[in-house]
Amino acid sequence: MIPAKKQNEETPHSSIPDEWFKPKEKNTEDAESVVRPSLSYWEDAWRRLRQNKLAMSGLIFLILLGVMAVIGPWISPHDVDTQNLPNQNQAPSLTHWFGTDELGRDVFTRTWYGARISLFVGLMAALIDFFIGVAYGGLSGYKGGRTDNIMMRIIEILYGLPYLLVVILLLVVMGPSLLTIIIALTVTGWVGMARIVRGQVLQLKHNEFVMASQSFGAKTKRIIQKNLLPNTMGPIIVQMTLTVPTAIFAEAFLSFLGLGIQSPFASWGMMANDALGVILSGDWWRLFFPAFFISATMFAFNVLGDGLQDALDPKLRR
Amino acid sequence: MEKILDIRDLHVSFKTFGGEVQAVRGVNLELYRGETLAIVGESGCGKSVTANSIMRLIPTPPGEIKDGSILFKGQDMTQLSDKEVRKIRGVDISMIFQDPMTALNPTLTVGDQLTEGLRQHRSISRKEADKQAMEMLTLVGIPNPVERMKQYPHEFSGGMRQRIVIAMALICDPELLIADEPTTALDVTIQAQILQLFQKIQKQTGVSIILITHDLGVVAKIADRIAVMYAGKVIETGTRKEIFYTPQHPYTRGLLHSVPRLDQKGEKLIPIDGTPPDLFSPPEGCPFAARCPMAMEVCTKVYPFHSKLSRTHDVDCWLQDERAKKYMASTY
Amino acid sequence: MAKYILKRFIYMIVTVFIIATLTFFLMNLLPGSPFNEERTTNEAVQRNLEAHYHLDEPLVVQYVLYLKSIVTLDFGPSIKQPTETVNSLLGRGFPISAELGIWTILIALISGVALGVFAALKHNGVIDYIAMTIAVLGISIPNFVLATLLIQQLAVNLGVLPAATWSSPQHMVLPIVALATGPMAIIARLTRSSMLETLTQDYIKMARAKGLSPAKIIVKHALKNALMPVVTILGTLLAGVLTGTFVIEKIFAIPGMGKYFVEGINQRDYPVIMGTTVFYSAFLVLMLFLVDIAYGILDPRIKLHKEGGK
Repeated sequence: MIPAKKQNEETPHSSIPDEWFKPKEKNTEDAESVVRPSLSYWEDAWRRLRQNKLAMSGLIFLILLGVMAVIGPWISPHDVDTQNLPNQNQAPSLTHWFGTDELGRDVFTRTWYGARISLFVGLMAALIDFFIGVAYGGLSGYKGGRTDNIMMRIIEILYGLPYLLVVILLLVVMGPSLLTIIIALTVTGWVGMARIVRGQVLQLKHNEFVMASQSFGAKTKRIIQKNLLPNTMGPIIVQMTLTVPTAIFAEAFLSFLGLGIQSPFASWGMMANDALGVILSGDWWRLFFPAFFISATMFAFNVLGDGLQDALDPKLRR
Repeated sequence: MEKILDIRDLHVSFKTFGGEVQAVRGVNLELYRGETLAIVGESGCGKSVTANSIMRLIPTPPGEIKDGSILFKGQDMTQLSDKEVRKIRGVDISMIFQDPMTALNPTLTVGDQLTEGLRQHRSISRKEADKQAMEMLTLVGIPNPVERMKQYPHEFSGGMRQRIVIAMALICDPELLIADEPTTALDVTIQAQILQLFQKIQKQTGVSIILITHDLGVVAKIADRIAVMYAGKVIETGTRKEIFYTPQHPYTRGLLHSVPRLDQKGEKLIPIDGTPPDLFSPPEGCPFAARCPMAMEVCTKVYPFHSKLSRTHDVDCWLQDERAKKYMASTY
Repeated sequence: MAKYILKRFIYMIVTVFIIATLTFFLMNLLPGSPFNEERTTNEAVQRNLEAHYHLDEPLVVQYVLYLKSIVTLDFGPSIKQPTETVNSLLGRGFPISAELGIWTILIALISGVALGVFAALKHNGVIDYIAMTIAVLGISIPNFVLATLLIQQLAVNLGVLPAATWSSPQHMVLPIVALATGPMAIIARLTRSSMLETLTQDYIKMARAKGLSPAKIIVKHALKNALMPVVTILGTLLAGVLTGTFVIEKIFAIPGMGKYFVEGINQRDYPVIMGTTVFYSAFLVLMLFLVDIAYGILDPRIKLHKEGGK
């Protein structure tokens, strides 16, 4: 070995004071103090999410959208479905900020009303998926063996069903309404969540802390609630964030096909569909506002989901 | 003896979210032809990074060789172009990785993976390459090489796969073999077989081996010399005898005490308290000072000088200083 | 391998059976019978339907006859278009939809994989960032929104491409672009992340340690492994493209299956809805089956798995 030259140059051998060579009192705290101050899982995730500018702008957009969905229709002087035929197809102006449609209805008001519908459908779908998926996947993964096998066969078959076809079929039968849309979306939507939860549970199942609680006689339900779920929250949150845009897309898609929310209520998909009829006339605002808000909302949820995925991934923790 | 590898003052850093990790901080090592050098230390001490640096396998970015030189047969590896490095990789220097389950490509046949190195570096026919590959499989102890060549990695057991990985590394007859934890992922009985295989191969081919491990049992079996690494530095080197019987650095001693030994029954296992320092901002003095039972004030302030105890035994520790010895003598 | 194929095949049959059954009973849940009352327009159709579905028989018998009609691929007459049968609509619409679908998948695959691989190789670089922003945009803009925007900008405002129908290659550009962007974005993202993961694998390091050239490492060692996950989601993507054809064909007035399906929905033409749904599902499930087999061929490990698949 060659002596590390640099350090030796800085401090000549003889210049070190003799008393530095007295044995030190052993201090156990010293050994531990070397460790970096550790942040909690959530603090750390939040810190890393904040560094992701794209995800943060998505979050801010969604907050603003949520606020406007609540107060937008209220601050507008116009009603959602008040028809005003002399005022039809007007370009954006001081009275109608986003213009009017072919029945003279105010596009500004209808846009925020559509935001309500989209956000409601998206969040409800994510929530219901969450409850069903966690219950099903948690049970399947935790019980294991035969139960798991049968439950997973069922999932595999459900997974093979074409999602939107089933939804369309259900809507044809049940008739279009907000409630039926949400029901139809969640009938098959929870499968992905259940799979993720099961995978997580299987991974964690044999961890020491679960065995420890089992040996203390803890009940299955309690083990799932107290031990397993907190550890699986990361992937679940990400999945929920990504379910929302899927549901928003599905609602818009169905409304566009005429199977979604019905007039006089407004939904972005329906507004886009209505705009298709006047596409040749150059009334750009009819298409622009619903198209922009559907895309921007889905974009915001997607980048937020991506950001959360990176932020919550324990492998990427540093 | 001819010096085949000479690493001087090697610094390697990785850029991460939280800043720059100084994984290797001034490593000096040398290796002679035909010998086996073991690099031991806890995980994260920089031993794998050092090994990967030799073959220039550090992913750049985020990693970077900041300073120092790696002389392989007098040629500085850090100065070569990528193309020149590729001519050395697999031909003059080969590498074996820790987990044989992941070191083989699951979608290619074993024969394909064995011969591709040969066909890359030597202009020989497919047939000739196959022939050499089969000879190599026989050498590492895999029966039925003709059929085995056509099989995929998942059709082999862990021990078998590690033999294939070794065959792959040796196929171009390298002068230096770097084995990064080659037995860690294997069963104990298989471990012994693989170690025997290393010794057999070394006897037959005269290859020099750098063995990276945290398992002192492995080291005791086959290493000629040992380098102990801690927090990105080599803190002690010596022959196997010197390290096992007269360890000088408190860390080396701690390491030896924390390993169960079959030859000394009834001896207590003593773990080393605490954790290695954070290499984002390594401490100024000796990195082990915070955990060292014999630390002095100087240890936290200045990195220890280098002491040579014999032609082969070197240590970086302030306890070697006359003044420390004086105080020790007066206290006890 | 044979066992694996057999297992997948059984899944396929079960899935089609479930969808067919679901369709049948859901349709029977509708108030009244879907085939009588004011829904039908004329006497002859009514008689046709009754003959086809044996509406006077008990439900179980109807169900069995219905299953039989599916097995024999005879979906019966349309209510709203007395001269048409569901089969004749499918016969006319399917080739056009298939053409649209095949081009879409091909283009999405090629461009998506290229974009993903490129982004992964330039990881964290400007190109990676741009490619992935495009990909998130592609995922976020619904295909029907993209389609209408494309028509408005390229067909109406600039007039460079025709806005509707399916008669020449130029007519095919906008619908295919509108439909392929979403799947392309998904494939690009998946390829990128899978490629990034593959590149950290030990066997890639091993290949580098052998002194292989970067090009050879990527093509021979990384790509095949990295594309495995892409193969597994092809089925789901196909489903997306298939449902996407509904709106795309509606918007571009393409006389494909999707157009008849949507018309059927809007007119509550139940035999058409039932027939096309079952046909779509069977087609899709068949595609999933083929994808599974392709995966089994690509991944040598599958053969040994007793359980196959995942």
